[in-house]
Formats: sequence, structure tokens, C-alpha cells
Amino acid sequence: MSAELAGAVDTTPIAQPVVISAENLNLTFQTNDGPVHALKDVNLEINKGDFVSFIGPSGCGKTTFLRVIAALEQPTGGSVSVNGMTPDEARKARAYGYVFQAAGLYPWRTIEKNIKLPLEIMGFSAAEQEKRVKNVLQLVDLEGFGKKYPWQLSGGMQQRASIARALAFDADILLMDEPFGALDEIVRDRLNEELLKLWARTEKTIGFVTHSIPEAVYLSTKIVVMSPRPGRITDVIESDLPRERPLDIRDTPEFLALAHRVRDGLREGHAYDE
Amino acid sequence: MTTTVDPTENAAVPCAFCVAMRRVAGAVLPALTVVGVIVLIWYAGAYLMNRSITLDTAERRDVELTAGEVFADTMAQERPRLPAPHQVIAELWNTTAGEEMFRIRRGELRPNPRSLFFHAYQTLAPTILGFIIGSLAGLLLAIGIVHNRAMDLSVMPWAIASQTIPILAVAPIVIVVLNAVGLTGVVPKSLISAYLSFFPVVVGMVKGLRSPSAMDLDLLRTYSASASETLFKLRLPSSVPFLFASLKVGIAAALVGTIVAELPTGARFGLGARLLTGSYYGQTIQIWSALFMAAICAAALVALLGLAERITLRRMGLGA
Repeated sequence: MSAELAGAVDTTPIAQPVVISAENLNLTFQTNDGPVHALKDVNLEINKGDFVSFIGPSGCGKTTFLRVIAALEQPTGGSVSVNGMTPDEARKARAYGYVFQAAGLYPWRTIEKNIKLPLEIMGFSAAEQEKRVKNVLQLVDLEGFGKKYPWQLSGGMQQRASIARALAFDADILLMDEPFGALDEIVRDRLNEELLKLWARTEKTIGFVTHSIPEAVYLSTKIVVMSPRPGRITDVIESDLPRERPLDIRDTPEFLALAHRVRDGLREGHAYDE
Repeated sequence: MTTTVDPTENAAVPCAFCVAMRRVAGAVLPALTVVGVIVLIWYAGAYLMNRSITLDTAERRDVELTAGEVFADTMAQERPRLPAPHQVIAELWNTTAGEEMFRIRRGELRPNPRSLFFHAYQTLAPTILGFIIGSLAGLLLAIGIVHNRAMDLSVMPWAIASQTIPILAVAPIVIVVLNAVGLTGVVPKSLISAYLSFFPVVVGMVKGLRSPSAMDLDLLRTYSASASETLFKLRLPSSVPFLFASLKVGIAAALVGTIVAELPTGARFGLGARLLTGSYYGQTIQIWSALFMAAICAAALVALLGLAERITLRRMGLGA
């Protein structure tokens, strides 16, 4: 449990290696109404162990950027590297786990079987699969629910199961696309708290898309503020909040100052124009 | 006359019974009413359609009939225009329960061609074989169409075109051609029923295999899953409800296909053959009983598929 200790003590950022970097990244979708600049000249570096939130209104390219990192979209210009590889190579090297907006559990598989899905595809042995399922179920606090079907679980539990599925093959990077967007605020608060604990225990690098300012500030070590038309980064805020964050940190002046800066960043980007 | 009754039992049992009765009545009564109305309309139709025959015969024989006698005669003609329900049921009974399925002829145990079960079997065997061939072909075509753009563009129009050709016109050609290459009996009939049953399976399964959402597919892409892994782990399981819906349509089409295949080819056995000989000799009762047997067979086949569907979905954890 040295990871937990390190996480608790480590308040001064030590220079960590860069795991994701984007250089002059451009992505233009050709649509019937002409080209749409989903991403324009995006430059960003994410260090190992960072918790990076992407925040902005719809159409600002935050999800597109995450999908480019995951090689689900191909950029039309510039470059991205993940662990020093192209996104495609990184995917084949199982560099990341991806959590979608909806849990996306297969209804014909039990929770356990859902978590085994990536493991089956990646060719883990049956014994190894069992071991990992047990491990990640514990990590997301779902022990005893392995044999249940998704519909027997609440929305929050389903999303936790989908996080377990993304963690099962132990990728260093976790990409999360508004994973708690569909959940009510009380459940969301609890899951945010649990996600921070999980992050401290596993030392993953997390990319997290959200459009909630408190969520972004509460979770992140780095907040990337984006704005639409064209999709671009308007501000990158390094958070100086301690890594250990109880929920009531949200009432401290430091937290409110950060939230204020994010809101200013969104306003500057004309995000609230319409 | 004092009987001791447990008060709680007295209160609870009749009530539970009432509830059960009410539930049965709620479901069964409307259904029975519909059946009753249909039977009534049928009897009325039989009376109206057969009346002229009765009156003509009476006139030729120069006898006066009372209204009651006319009605009684319309219900009991040997070759009515529209047989009454009880005549069809009696015929069905006589040709199934009333006939041995096998009999000894020239010292051999042979199937009895007077048994309607024998004819039903003659039709069901090619139906089931044709259904299996047709569904497998439909499934394979659907998999091809979903995975290959060229197939998507080229196969579907042909599949649709194939269904616009009147099967009645094609069946004799198919039978003659297959006869020429030495294929007789069950195979030609089943090929025609396969021809009719593959289509709903293709259409349903293309839809079913494409039913996973973009997110479901993206998830597998993040695992670098191959096309076959995507097929077996995502596309096929999510298409199961579509599969059973199209199989049910397909098996009914397969039965129709077999009966139609029997019509223009002078088949001697089978439900189609019964329909044909019935129409040759004006045996309307025989035609109707063959039709009823065909309907019973179709209902039974669809019910069997429904059972298979329920079991499969329950095993997949999808049954409610």
C-alpha cells in the first residue's frame, strides 16, 4: 500500500514522464453543411499519474480529443503520441481502458462475464481472468455482485462495473467520457470520491471529460478548458489542491478560486455565447 | 346440520378462488367469444352458400322442404360449397384418429395414404429440412451482407427480386430440373421451401446484426477485437430476438413453400396433394380439413420456436 502513502504525502509535483502529448492537432469533419473544425491546433502534454479533466460546452471537441487519443478518430493534421507510440499502436499495446457515457454492459452477460469480455479478447487464461475479475470488483466496491445481470444493478453500480471492465486488463491510462453524466448528483458525488481513491491506489493516468465545473475541479490535477467553433484549448489550469480530497474541500476558498478561474476560462472562450 | 368451518379458511379460500376465476374469465372469455362469433358467421355462411344446391335438388326431385329441412340439408351435404365446421371437424377426426397411420399391404407394413397424419408428415419433413437450409443460408447471407460492402450492395436486390417471382411458376421448373439430375422426393420440395424461408431470415438478421450501438462497437474497437470476435461476442448475441422473430416468419413461409411445391407437380402425398385431389373431385370437406391440418402444423411449428425463444432468452439472462 505504498502507493496510497505516496499519494497522500506527495504534494509537490515531481517531474513525471509525459505519457500523452498532442502537437498542433487538427481534426476536421466533412459534413453536408461544410467542414466542421472539431479540433484546431491543440497542443497538450499529460504526465504520468495526472488526473486531467477536459471541460467545455458541447461541440468544443473534448470528447473528440479523447477519441483521438483512443484511436477511435483519426486526426487530419498534427500528431498525438501515447506512451511514445501512435494511438493505434498504443491501443494494440493495451495502453488504455475506455469508459463511455453509458455503462454499455452486455445485458446477456453477468457483471463478471462483462468484466471478462476484454480479458477473453486479449487472451488471458481462465485462472487469470477469475483473479482479475475478483480484484477489480473489489476495487470498485462491487464484491458479491459478479453473478448478477446488469439490469439487477442501479445506474451507479452499472457505471462502476464498466469502470471495473476498463481496469481489468491493467492499462496505465484510463480515458473516461462523461462517465457520470447520466447519474444524479448524490450518486455522482460518491462515485467521484471513490474514483479519487481508486486513482490514488492504482496510480493511473486519467483523462476525464465532463461539463460540470465542480466535478472537474474536485477531481483534477490539471483542468483543460475548451471552447467550440473551432474546438480548441483556451486555458490549462494546474490545480494546487492536495491529492487527498475529502468532499468538503469544495467549500474551501482554494477550491472556489479554481472553480472561478474555470468559469472565467469558459466565458473567455465565448462558450456561453448562445 | 352444523359444520365447523375454519373462519380464516372460509374467508381466504373462496376469495383466492374468486380471484383465480376472475383472471381465467378475463383471459378466456374474450377469446371464446371471438371463436364463437367466427363459428356463428361460418355456419351462417355455410347455410347461405349451400342453400341454392339444396333448393335445386329439391326442385328436381319435386319435393317441398320446410325451412328446418333446408337448414338441416345445408349442414350435411356431401359436396357443399362451404362445409359446416362440424363437417370439417368430423373429417379431420375420421382421417386422423379414425385411420391407422400404417397398414399392411402386400405383406409389408406401409404408411396409410388415408391417414391425414401421413400427409402431414409428407409435408412437414420437407418443410423442416427446407427451413433449416433456408435459415442457415439466410444467416450466412446476412453475415456476409453486414461484413462486406460489395455483398451489401449486390445480394440484397437479388434477394428481394427472388421473392417477387411467383413460386407457383418456378416450382415445376425446379422439380423438373432436379428430377433430371436424379433428385426426387424430399429434396426438391425442401429446396422450394428453403427458397421462401431464407428471405425473412436475411432481412431480420441484417437488422439484428446491425443492432449494436456505435458505442457497443467502439468498446470492442478499444480492445482491438477482430471482426469475428465482434460477430460472436456482440453482433450474434444482440441479434437473438431478431433471429427468432424472423425464424417464426420463415417457418410459416417454409410450410407454404412445401404445399405450393406439391401443387403443380402432381405430388400424390402431402397436404398440397390433398388440396389438389380435393379440388379435382369437388371434395370441399377434404380441402378444408387439409387446410386446417396445415394451419395446425404451422401453429405448432411457430409455438415450438416460441418455446425455443423463451428458453434461449432465459438462458441469456434476458427473459423477464
